[in-house]
Amino acid sequence: MRTTAPVIIAFLTGATLVVTFFLNEKTPFVGQLSNQLLDWLIIIGGFTLLLGVVSILRVSWQTVQRRKEGWFYKIATIVSVLIMAIPSLLPVSWSPLFGRFEGSIYDWLFMNLQAPMMATMFATLAFYIASAAYRAFRARTPEATLLLLTATLVMFWRVPIGEAILNLIPGDVPFFINKFVMNGANLAVQRGIIIGAALGAAAMSLRIILGIERTYMGRG
Amino acid sequence: MTLFAEAAFSQEEFSVFRGDRINALIAVVAFSAAVLIFTNWAKRGKPLYLRKIAGLDAVEEAVGRATEMGRPVLFIPGIDDLDQIETIAGISILGRVAQITAQYETPLMVPVRYPLVLAAGQEVVQQAYIHAGKGDAYEKDMVRYVAGEQFAFAATVNGYMMREHPATNIYMGAFFAESLLLAETGNAAGSIQIAGTGRPEQLPFFVAACDYTLMGEELFAASAYLSHEPVMMGGLKGQDLMKVLIVILILAGVILVTFTTKLGPIFKSWFQAV
Repeated sequence: MRTTAPVIIAFLTGATLVVTFFLNEKTPFVGQLSNQLLDWLIIIGGFTLLLGVVSILRVSWQTVQRRKEGWFYKIATIVSVLIMAIPSLLPVSWSPLFGRFEGSIYDWLFMNLQAPMMATMFATLAFYIASAAYRAFRARTPEATLLLLTATLVMFWRVPIGEAILNLIPGDVPFFINKFVMNGANLAVQRGIIIGAALGAAAMSLRIILGIERTYMGRG
Repeated sequence: MTLFAEAAFSQEEFSVFRGDRINALIAVVAFSAAVLIFTNWAKRGKPLYLRKIAGLDAVEEAVGRATEMGRPVLFIPGIDDLDQIETIAGISILGRVAQITAQYETPLMVPVRYPLVLAAGQEVVQQAYIHAGKGDAYEKDMVRYVAGEQFAFAATVNGYMMREHPATNIYMGAFFAESLLLAETGNAAGSIQIAGTGRPEQLPFFVAACDYTLMGEELFAASAYLSHEPVMMGGLKGQDLMKVLIVILILAGVILVTFTTKLGPIFKSWFQAV
């Protein structure tokens, strides 16, 4: 029963979503069935949020209790979770500092702490790209050399000064890069991967709907 | 298909069936038939050839390395929610990886970004440990929710990599801008890394920073490939047949659009998505 019930639910849900894709949205009852199922997903997802909060607090608290390496960072995690969550859950009628509106504690913390920290993490990507590019573009083989030359050309074209210099060369080099490198070889390979991935995803969905694949339930 | 669409809407009457999507219906029926035919062949015991996928063959070796080093295996099933098929593919592979870590008694760490993935991941890992006869070794916190925000998640996992130095990092699922942050940190921490995603824009980052990368369809084939079950592998052959058909249709389209003026546009209209 532990296996049969999820397989039946997966089949019914999957089959409903596939069938309703081919039906008019105005069809009574079934037309909006897929949207209603997706609404259910959001509702269930909302309930499971508590699972996530409990998990993060339990793991962090255990680390602090056992004084594991880096336990003091876990105190910061616990304090951050509570300080963001509690004022945002309290009713605005009690104080304008509660809730999630402009001027609330939550809003202030989000704008002045969380957003800059996320922006900082995103900004570090530039350094990671540089180190990854250094490794990827080493001209060790003819293929790697071709990659290095193409990448250098594309990167040069993508910055305004590079494009201005390339425009000085007769023969419209930027047009050549755009047409043959970006919209030619690059796009063709990307589309090949997308077609393969889409077919793979469809095949896997079919295996799940038909109950052939049960590994997502932890059963082989 | 445009002709069907026009016929469907020119009457301006309510129709239960969407005639403008009949091309998609034909594709779904053909694809399902191909998958089911090959699955039946596999059930009957017909031998099916599958090409080797180096990244998947390396999974067991990578877990073995972690066991020898006495360090954990880090598995990230992407950073998207459970309604994405890439996440489900990642969770399926997690089950296989967890069986190997259970057999070798290697510590496993699975950080997730969504509570639904947390619940599914915990269930899958627990079942894998029970299946391997190591139910007592399972700990609920092997799969843990670390952060709901993308870069907070990346920062937490990067911190874990630099502190714990996992021997093996496996990234399987949907990844976005954090892909390179994770893979480069793992590389700096000296971990052996295996990645797989269906997102072409993230593939170059994984290729540059990881030892093995599963591209697109290989991610979805992974659970069937690792299971060694003929019935599941039958589906992969059906998928291959569809790819051959698509290649033939693309070639036919190129020829018709290049050399004819009337047939080309009609052929193109058959594949318009609505």
